[in-house]
Amino acid sequence: MKTLYDKLWDRHVVWADGAEALLYIDLHLVHEVTSPQAFAGLRGAGRPVRAPSRTLAVPDHNVPTTPDRSHAIKDAEGRRQLEALAANCREFGVPYIPMDDMRQGIVHVIGPELGATMPGMTIVCGDSHTSTHGAFGALAFGIGTSEVEHVLATQCLPMRKSLNMAVIAEDPLPPGLTAKDLALAVTAKVGAAGGVGHVIEYRGAAFTGLSMEGRMTVCNMAIEAGARAGLMAPDETTFAYVHGRAGAPRGADFDRAVEDWRSLATDAGAAYDKEVVLTAADLAPQVTWGTSPEDALPITGRVPDPDSFADPDKRAAAKASLDYMGLTPGTPLNGIVIDKVFLGSCTNGRIEDLRAAAAVLRGRKIAAGVGMLVVPGSGQVKAAAEREGLDAVFRAAGAEWREPGCSMCLGMNPDVLKPGERCAATSNRNFVGRQGPGGRTHLVSPAMAAAAALTGRLTDVRKFTQVHEWKNS
Amino acid sequence: MEKFLSLTAVAVPLPMINVDTDIIIPARALKTTARDGLGTLAFHALRFDGEGNAREVCVFNQARYRGAGILIAGANFGCGSSREHAAWALRDMGVRCVIAPSFADIFASNCVKNGLLCVTLPQATVDALARLAAEGNTAGGLFTVDLERQCITTPDGGVVPFAVDAAKRGKLMAGLDDIGATLARAGEIEAFEQRRGRAEPWRASARLDVV
Repeated sequence: MKTLYDKLWDRHVVWADGAEALLYIDLHLVHEVTSPQAFAGLRGAGRPVRAPSRTLAVPDHNVPTTPDRSHAIKDAEGRRQLEALAANCREFGVPYIPMDDMRQGIVHVIGPELGATMPGMTIVCGDSHTSTHGAFGALAFGIGTSEVEHVLATQCLPMRKSLNMAVIAEDPLPPGLTAKDLALAVTAKVGAAGGVGHVIEYRGAAFTGLSMEGRMTVCNMAIEAGARAGLMAPDETTFAYVHGRAGAPRGADFDRAVEDWRSLATDAGAAYDKEVVLTAADLAPQVTWGTSPEDALPITGRVPDPDSFADPDKRAAAKASLDYMGLTPGTPLNGIVIDKVFLGSCTNGRIEDLRAAAAVLRGRKIAAGVGMLVVPGSGQVKAAAEREGLDAVFRAAGAEWREPGCSMCLGMNPDVLKPGERCAATSNRNFVGRQGPGGRTHLVSPAMAAAAALTGRLTDVRKFTQVHEWKNS
Repeated sequence: MEKFLSLTAVAVPLPMINVDTDIIIPARALKTTARDGLGTLAFHALRFDGEGNAREVCVFNQARYRGAGILIAGANFGCGSSREHAAWALRDMGVRCVIAPSFADIFASNCVKNGLLCVTLPQATVDALARLAAEGNTAGGLFTVDLERQCITTPDGGVVPFAVDAAKRGKLMAGLDDIGATLARAGEIEAFEQRRGRAEPWRASARLDVV
């Protein structure tokens, strides 16, 4: 009796001695920020890249998102890092997608999009949100730069197996709620450290009912619950997504692959070391109030009183969070005034996310004084959105339509909050200073971000969707 | 890599939960292509206010903790981003050992690669060590972390044993380059690749040609 994680692990063990194992890596995604020191290490030791064909590099963290970016990147340090990636890939023969290529984008958006990500694989990247690819039933996790060097040199990683954890929501997600609401609710329930030492498998109708985009949003945030990776069993939704993509097997090979991928699902009766159960029907759209992704509450809730936390460490953390966030206990979340809206990131920068936000914004104007940045996750997402006319919807509403990249999720490029600015963001982290020093982040879904843009306040998006349904009836 | 055998140093207490790697080293410091020099921006948001003035309440700005080699931290230390810059920044500040009730997975593996020892102890024990590092005449006193004997000696002479993963301990004590150790298994890696190719013949047509 094995879990999906057990099966993925077993398939990739090159060598094992007790709990220590050498794990084979099928796909290594590389970006500009966590790789320069790894390539320098290889060069210093005179080592080649073992399997360039299993490696794919793309710049995403540092790239500007303004339309003029191909002409001049003003930030000299950022430019040097981008140039270093290109030069390193040339020197070591690593496949590289440059910034001006239409396939460029956030590494976790383009992997699946190109069909580089497939079920049954092991996937690593020097980026914690590599957990995103677990949506395909691939064991995918973030690594540090020394491990990036290790994988470049050996295509393997010495590892110790994690424990199995199941997060289960048997009932379907209520209408009007999205994968992001589910991801935030899971993070709040499991806690920022609840998944440490575990790999989470998401089970039940609330998860299996999601599209691949939605599943990626959920698995993306597995790391926010401390888990090494997030996983979902591959099914018809997965196979339909992978079919026909550039890197996917073709013809009869695809059918054979699907047959193999079906066998990955957790065996009936397999046991998990830890189980967490949610009731999807109880959920409302989520928003964070603090500086940890676990600080998520329904939009119908209020800013909590730090004294309401029994644990003294949590009490101290909540007090510090509210101080940083400039919030008073008891304030209704619905109605908190915001300055900026960020729609994008590896959590919510895919076509479905842009559609959800555009559906709320269509024919409306964002509130005066509010700035909204829309950053597609990749060139292909951008092109698809433009074919559907979504860019026109965003522009007409008063939002900025940008080039693909990580952008304001982590503020490494010029897209940052000013000190004290408050942002409704579709990204994954509300950490202190994450979107810029002194910036205040409220994590929400794309639909909620659009609602916040319209009113200039954190807003229950169901207000807009209900009006929309009423107009249609 | 520098070996870790035993360390005698000042311990600085930071009893906050969920200290993420963005706090340890902000993203704006990640544009470097080097591993050193990150200490100056470490814990920047804790050490400085919005105007860039040093906060006196911050332990990292207090004279008694200057040059601390040991950090006594809260649960889930190092959560969030996988940036190894967090481990490099700690090393650059002079920290070689972090003691906490729990560590984020990726951060903990990054530490081993950089000769940085993470000691996991029960919350109550960590609290007691943090008190010793913060209060009375033991504040600013020397702690000894002995990896060989797996125990911590406190400034008041107390001894706290700790458990540590044997493989991790071996790597830290030997200061090993583990890429070399994996490359020594090249034959096994090749055999695995061939076995895998036979088990998954459909991979033949799964090919992403980027260039």
